[in-house]
Parts: sequence; structure tokens; C-alpha cells
Amino acid sequence: MIATPTFDLQTETAFQAHHNGRAVKNKLSVVVFSGDMDKVMAAFIIATGAAASGMEVSMFFTFWGLKALEKPRQITGKSLFGRMLGVMNRGGLDAIGPSRLNMGGLGRWMFKKMMQEKHVASLPELYEMAVDLGVKMMPCQMSMAVMELDRMNFQPNVTEPVGVAAFLEEAAESKITLFI
Amino acid sequence: MSTSMVETAAKFLDLKGLLCPIPVVKMAKAIKEVAVGETVEAVATDPGVMADIPAWCRSTGNELVSIEKQDKQFRFIARRAK
Repeated sequence: MIATPTFDLQTETAFQAHHNGRAVKNKLSVVVFSGDMDKVMAAFIIATGAAASGMEVSMFFTFWGLKALEKPRQITGKSLFGRMLGVMNRGGLDAIGPSRLNMGGLGRWMFKKMMQEKHVASLPELYEMAVDLGVKMMPCQMSMAVMELDRMNFQPNVTEPVGVAAFLEEAAESKITLFI
Repeated sequence: MSTSMVETAAKFLDLKGLLCPIPVVKMAKAIKEVAVGETVEAVATDPGVMADIPAWCRSTGNELVSIEKQDKQFRFIARRAK
């Protein structure tokens, strides 16, 4: 006799709620792919809000997202292309521009001014808040290699570079995972 | 009669002029600075707190004693649960 495969919702849910025997935590994982000021801001607002609500928070910065972790006023890259990338697309929370209407930096200046007038926290302030609240910030090793960025190019409080498996481990034990 | 007359809050926060996520972040910091069972009272001008502070209380388990709109300000009291 052939056994019919059954789908037991309860067992299935219980399985999904665990990762290798580890329970899902009250935790948020965020992939910060974008290096645009507006999107990075959204990522930091959600991260600080979650941390303030008692959640553990991990942020994984990859590709353009690494721009947000860079120290200000520095030239990055070693090869010709690497240097070009560093010069043409400056990093640091004050240098990154909005995803729309940046207009060669004019948009960035305008948004900063408007946000300042409305007492909205600036990106550097949000970053400090995230650090104070114990938000974990992890840079992607592979993107760092592509963009010729060194750990020295990043702000303090950024962890050692990690890979996809490290991020997946964080995401698997999180209630919420976002890609920004 | 307002609830704030019943007992004095252990800590008072002025959140006037501040926008998301600062009210929630400051509340989280302030609640850790009072003893369990004590309250934090705050005044804000961001209408967003009417949704955010009750949600923050639900997710952290702290008790929302009161939240009310007074003219153009929002006054609320939260009690530290644990």
C-alpha cells in the first residue's frame, strides 16, 4: 500500500518557526542594498524604531549600501576603475544623494534643508542612534572586494565583513526581514 | 480630570517638534531610566505619536496609561512593565 503524503499545517508551521532547532527571535534583519539617501534613511528609521521597541536588529550592507558606511571625505579604490568609482560616487552619510531629483547634489542639499527645518533626524544622527541602541551593522565582503573598499574605509562600530551565509543565519532567526 | 493628576510621573519628556522615529527612541531610553511600575509622561507635537506610542507599548509590553490630544499637542503616559 502506498502511503499518501499528508500536509499537516501545525507541524509545518512549527517547522517554519524554527531554524535548525533554533526558535525565531523578536528580531529584524535588513538588507541595505541601496546607497541612496532616502532609502538608507528609511532603513535606519525602521532599524532604530525596531530597536527602540525591544527588537534585536541586524543590518547587512551590500553593493551601493556600503556607501552609507563609508567615512566621509576619503578617496577609495586601488585600480583605475576602483578609483573612478570612489571619486565619482563619494561615500559617507552626508555625501549620498536621494534616489530622485538629486540634480548633481542640489537635491541632496534641498532635502537636508527641508528636513532640518522640520526637525527630522539627519542620517548621521540616525546612525548614532542605531549605534546607541545596539544595532548590528555588517558589511558584505564580496561587494567590498568588487568596489575595492577596505574595512578601514568604514565607520567604527561596523562589524567584520561577512558573506551570504552569515546574513541568512541572521534572517532565518528573524521575525521580519526587509530588503531596501 | 486628567490621569496625570492622579500620580506624578517619575520622568517627564519634552518631545515637541520632534518627528519619527525620535519620540519612540526617546521613550525607549526614558522608560529604562525609571523603575518598574513607575511612569514616563511626555508631550509631543507630531500627530504620528497617536498611532506609534500605543503600538510601541503593545510591542514592548509597557502599559499605556493614557494618551490624549490637547489643542495641538499630544500628551501621553506609559508605565514601565518590566
